[in-house]
Amino acid sequence: MPYRALFPRDLFADLDRLQREMQQSFDLSPNIRGLSRGFPALNVGGTPRSVEIYAFTPGIDPASLEVQIEKGVLTVAGERRVEAIPDKAAVHIDERFAGRFRRVVTLPDDVDSNAVEARYQDGVLHISIARKETAQPRRITIQ
Amino acid sequence: MTDRTEVSQTNEPTRNEAALLPPVDVIEDANGITLYADLPGVPKDKVSLHVEADTLTIEGEVALNLPEGMEPSHAEVALPRYRRVFTLSKELDSGKVEAELNQGVLKLRIPKAEHAQPRKVEVKVA
Repeated sequence: MPYRALFPRDLFADLDRLQREMQQSFDLSPNIRGLSRGFPALNVGGTPRSVEIYAFTPGIDPASLEVQIEKGVLTVAGERRVEAIPDKAAVHIDERFAGRFRRVVTLPDDVDSNAVEARYQDGVLHISIARKETAQPRRITIQ
Repeated sequence: MTDRTEVSQTNEPTRNEAALLPPVDVIEDANGITLYADLPGVPKDKVSLHVEADTLTIEGEVALNLPEGMEPSHAEVALPRYRRVFTLSKELDSGKVEAELNQGVLKLRIPKAEHAQPRKVEVKVA
């Protein structure tokens, strides 16, 4: 009779892997904004001198992207067109986003909406907004 | 008779590193399959395509130009890596895969093997 282990080699590692796979396939990462995931995906970060926003917009003509700042609200909008499907072709998987999109981010109070830089590279729109000079920490000398 | 040359997929990671699953489109026509995958943030030199027997692995490393000392506050692309594994049908010629990456979109063209190409048979009138 062949020997068979009663337990998997490393039960906890297997459970851990299972949980990770579940989390990824359902994308249930804990998030205060709930499950809504629009297009494009956004990553936001900040440095003491600037606010950095990354919009993941692959395969878009940069000229069709609209970036707007109004009253402390940043809007990224545009349209993604997908190549026309040729005749007699069958679509087996259709997951990529197509159509018009718009995402809106409220900016912190200390940004300077006149000092914005936007760059599109490798399908990522990187928007860098400088913070106001007056908001920078200053050292006050004591007389 | 719809599933002649399916690209069936398995999501089993080949390595232990966690990776994001990129969205794809797969379109089949008479001569082969076209696969589009969204890999935003991946430069040309960080894409790796691997064909082994009948599995195709697409992998990409995200290389963002992050300023020094940046504190992330909200991340929807939370891992710096994409990976997806496909099982190719025997009808596809995995030796003739053509790939191009344009602004974060990977386009793969995999032709069908000679024997699987559609052929027109002449009907002779006796």
